[in-house]
Amino acid sequence: MEGGRLDRLSVDSVLNDLDEYAVEEALRIAEAHGGNGAGAPHSVTVISMGPERTVDVARKALSMGADSAIIITDDALAGSDALGTSKVLAALIAKGDFDLVICGTESTDARMSVIPAMIAMRLGWAQLTFAGSVTVDPVAKSAVIARMTESGVEKMSASFPAVISVVEKINEPRYPSFKGIMAAKKKLMEVQTLASTGIDANLVGTAGSKSTVIDAVPRPPRAAGIKVVDEGNAGTELVNFLVEKKLI
Amino acid sequence: MSEIFVLAEIAGEKVAKTTFELATLGAHAGSVTAILLAPAGRGAEFAAHLNAGPIERVIVVESDEFARYGVPASAYAISQLLTSQKPSALLIASSAFGKEVAGCVAVLTDSGIITDAVDVAADLTATQIIFGGSMTVHSRVSSGISIITIRPNAITPDLKASTPEITNESIEIPPTAKLAEVLSLEPPITGGRPELTEAQIVVSGGRGTSGDFSPVEAFADVLGAAVGASRAATDAGWYPHSHQVGQTGKTVSPQLYVACGISGAIQHRAGMQTSKTIVVINKDPEAPIFELADFGVVGDLFAVLPQATEGVRARKS
Ligand SMILES: Cc1cc2nc3c(=O)[nH]c(=O)nc-3n(C[C@H](O)[C@H](O)[C@H](O)COP(=O)(O)OP(=O)(O)OC[C@H]3O[C@@H](n4cnc5c(N)ncnc54)[C@H](O)[C@@H]3O)c2cc1C
Repeated sequence: MEGGRLDRLSVDSVLNDLDEYAVEEALRIAEAHGGNGAGAPHSVTVISMGPERTVDVARKALSMGADSAIIITDDALAGSDALGTSKVLAALIAKGDFDLVICGTESTDARMSVIPAMIAMRLGWAQLTFAGSVTVDPVAKSAVIARMTESGVEKMSASFPAVISVVEKINEPRYPSFKGIMAAKKKLMEVQTLASTGIDANLVGTAGSKSTVIDAVPRPPRAAGIKVVDEGNAGTELVNFLVEKKLI
Repeated sequence: MSEIFVLAEIAGEKVAKTTFELATLGAHAGSVTAILLAPAGRGAEFAAHLNAGPIERVIVVESDEFARYGVPASAYAISQLLTSQKPSALLIASSAFGKEVAGCVAVLTDSGIITDAVDVAADLTATQIIFGGSMTVHSRVSSGISIITIRPNAITPDLKASTPEITNESIEIPPTAKLAEVLSLEPPITGGRPELTEAQIVVSGGRGTSGDFSPVEAFADVLGAAVGASRAATDAGWYPHSHQVGQTGKTVSPQLYVACGISGAIQHRAGMQTSKTIVVINKDPEAPIFELADFGVVGDLFAVLPQATEGVRARKS
């Protein structure tokens, strides 16, 4: 089994909380079944797409314990929408030999929780998304998750290969140790460009985006409201306000 | 006139009320057809609920495989309908499920997607509110069918009675959409309260509750509201994480949001700033949450909430 992990970078290129949860979960899955690293049965690869600074982000994941990283950085990728991003990441994953891909659920900046499902759809892999817990059986080559959404908790299972996305709070991500930070410097980091994926530059980035922003304008601050200091009847005043606003 | 498709979701034993919000927005841009993916043998029963709002046509597809195989099964069926019927747009509610279905349909039909819109114009320009409510963005899908997900409660739905034409389609779900299977489903424990992201009114508690949510729950119940919480409250284990409002929790946009004992950190605001009316109860007159308040009470939530709860109860009886 190999655990892969990927994320779409936030604008400031910081490995945000959710991505750390994904790295942590990949490491835990490997560790539960013999571990990763030299001589161990599994390996954890970090896959990431973004500007050149992405290297630092991947390095952090390597210092947590991932074995190697594949990074794709290319000016042509700037401005990619979810379709473009999922296309590139799916192409990178397809070139490897992974059983599981583990992603964060949402990047903190762009609330596009759709990318893991889109990657699975493009690869023709099973999708086990919004996982609040993951159990893997490496012998049966299958995984079971608890999918946690507004619809409740669904137990779902699938055979490898599968794309798993994890929700925040699935685990407590580890801090890189000093030893981990030193070791990360020697780990393999493969930097690719768009050309190596064979994807036409017109299909990704701003050029390939299938939606266009017309304008973006700051919203006016909310109009100042009423403020009362409770002198014993603010609860009643509050009810009167709600009645006036026809909210009750 | 262009054709707009909306996905009618089933929530429990009813059609989700967001369906009528989608239809109302869809009617800005064209004539509305609802797609209803129903369990085998139950299509007509659920289609009968789609008798309100500007829904002109209902396409029913029945299969137990929708519940069994989750997002990809629904996405395949919808994509088949889009490919054969060629509408200009597909509107879906912005839930975890809705957004994933929209994303997969976008891949399958090679169409653009816009998520979390709060409005759709006649030319299918979508309005989004981003960065914690500080920016309004207008955008348009430029290729394929316009696939747009819509935040619940963004608008007041048109609920005038209607009698849509109902047709049935049968669609075979391919094996590639059956790779992950749902083994069991536990519906959310809401204590009889509405679902957080769909609720018209949300009453939230923070660290100021000191762990006692009973006045927050009592006020929520008298208003028929959902209960939310700040991260300080969920991290302390006072309320389940599924009720967290904010950047790393749920985004809510109800008609009324009541923030009790919550200071108003940017990460909390990100999840509630687009609420129509905001009421604040906080002991500290300097708390930043007051900047958002339409009605702010500087006071102790343990005094103000019980009085307000009694006041609402008295008016109702
Ligand atoms: C990456 C990241 C993500 C985050 N995501 C979220 C998120 O999704 N949601 C979220 O909420 N936070 C989030 N946070 C945390 C956020 O920064 C705040 O720490 C949190 O919102 C504070 O919660 P609070 O307002 O309940 O507590 P506090 O900030 O401690 O405020 C408590 C308030 O209660 C008032 N008070 C005390 N007693 C009473 C009383 N008896 N009556 C009335 N008022 C009283 C006080 O005056 C104070 O204003 C996130 C933080 C980070 C770094």
